[in-house]
Amino acid sequence: MSTQTPFTIEQFYKFMSHGRLMAGKCAKCGKIHLPPRPICDNCYSMEFTWTEISGKGKLLTYTIIHVAPPQFQALAPYAVGIVQLESGLKLPGMISNVPHEQLKIGMELTIDFKACAAGLTWPQWQRYCFRPA
Amino acid sequence: MNGKPLVSIISAGLSKFGKHEGLYARELFSYAAKEAFDRCPKLEPKRDIKAMFIGHMGEAYEHQGHMGSAAADWSGLLGIPATRTEAACASSGAALRSGIYAVLSGLADIVIVGGVEKMTHRTTAEVTEYLAMASDYPFEQFHGVTFPGLFALMATAHMNAYSTTQENMAKVAVKNHHNASLNPKAHMQKEVNLEAVMASKPVAWPLKMYDCSLITDGASCIILAKPELAKKYTDQPVQIIGSGQASDSIGLYERQSLTSLQSAKTAAKTAYEMAGLKPDDIQVAEVHDCFTFVELMSYEDLGFCPVGKSGKLIESGETQLEGRLPVNTSGGLKAKGHPVGATGTAQTYEIYLQLTGQADKRQVKDAKIGLTHNVGGSGATAAVHIYRGDA
Repeated sequence: MSTQTPFTIEQFYKFMSHGRLMAGKCAKCGKIHLPPRPICDNCYSMEFTWTEISGKGKLLTYTIIHVAPPQFQALAPYAVGIVQLESGLKLPGMISNVPHEQLKIGMELTIDFKACAAGLTWPQWQRYCFRPA
Repeated sequence: MNGKPLVSIISAGLSKFGKHEGLYARELFSYAAKEAFDRCPKLEPKRDIKAMFIGHMGEAYEHQGHMGSAAADWSGLLGIPATRTEAACASSGAALRSGIYAVLSGLADIVIVGGVEKMTHRTTAEVTEYLAMASDYPFEQFHGVTFPGLFALMATAHMNAYSTTQENMAKVAVKNHHNASLNPKAHMQKEVNLEAVMASKPVAWPLKMYDCSLITDGASCIILAKPELAKKYTDQPVQIIGSGQASDSIGLYERQSLTSLQSAKTAAKTAYEMAGLKPDDIQVAEVHDCFTFVELMSYEDLGFCPVGKSGKLIESGETQLEGRLPVNTSGGLKAKGHPVGATGTAQTYEIYLQLTGQADKRQVKDAKIGLTHNVGGSGATAAVHIYRGDA
């Protein structure tokens, strides 16, 4: 196991802030974890390598949030969805730069590393979002 | 197992569901416990009850954790082991399951299981935030995905895959509001029509206000006994003959299917096999309609209809009170209300009434076999139980 970069969600977001979408690949069974995990849920190995994956994918499903929790109220209504990336892995996130009536399951989206920030005090991660490819 | 009773229900209690201004959760729970004690005069609570498991989702609502001891104290049961179970909206389904473990282990012959939540003193935005805590933080809450939002994601996927419509979902609300109008303990005892549901304000498209369950205060409890002892306490025990509980990933996005809940399917399979029964054998069911769409999805996960056909089933009227398989005769989470920690055992309370012929205006004639389906989070927990009336 690498001593510099632990296979954690925190580290995933650190890579995000440098514009990289990184997953953990189990060195023993080959399972790719997005987000990365310290222990493989398949074979319990603790040996991983980082693998960069494509941020392009297709919209699997979406919703438009009208009633938001306090920290997101200023953004409402906003669209969120689950995107299936080219690798087959899935990631949820806000969808920007698409008029809500033009959202469509199957549309091509790509990850945007410089996303809007809601007023959260914790954690201080950079929030990604998805926009049209 | 094949139909052998795991435990017997000898009594049950439910507070009125609704807005209880000025009542604390533990006080609310004492009303549910009092009803269960009064209903079973041969039970001496302080002598007979050996353990408590109580579902309570959130300490945020009242700034109060550690509900086990507080609820035991306010039910006059101080001294017994009392443990809070937390599995989001399936917290008391998990309490019921824990009670079954306790009785079957032989450590306790009689236990009280239940749940409570006090929610209405908080703003909708606060409740939205607290409920979202049952979902994944770093990839869902952190990106503004709300609790209704998660089920809306599933609803959108289901509409796309099977042509399910918003009207199909709205019909669930109309049905359950009708049933609640016959339930004196329901939060909203009034009918709504299809037009009103369809015209209600969006919460998380495609889900609208009338697709959502109610923010409610309430408490519920069930007294479980070792089957051999049940007849000492009541002439009308209800037997629990199947029990399944399952977990799934806390994040919806990690799951294989976005149109069904694997946890519910697994829990149902376990419970059906234990009971030696099939979906066709169920005569009355309380399912987790936290959103109207989730009732539709439950029809498929529980085997009440083929995959993708739940829209057709609601349209057929078969799940109405007078239908082949009445679902949510209590009014469901939709209209009876959804005090999250109390919901699982409140569903059991309704089935107990139905199988003992005490459901009054909403009584399903000759119902002998019932089922409850309780979901936590966006499906990271599900508990399914099957019941047989033995009177």
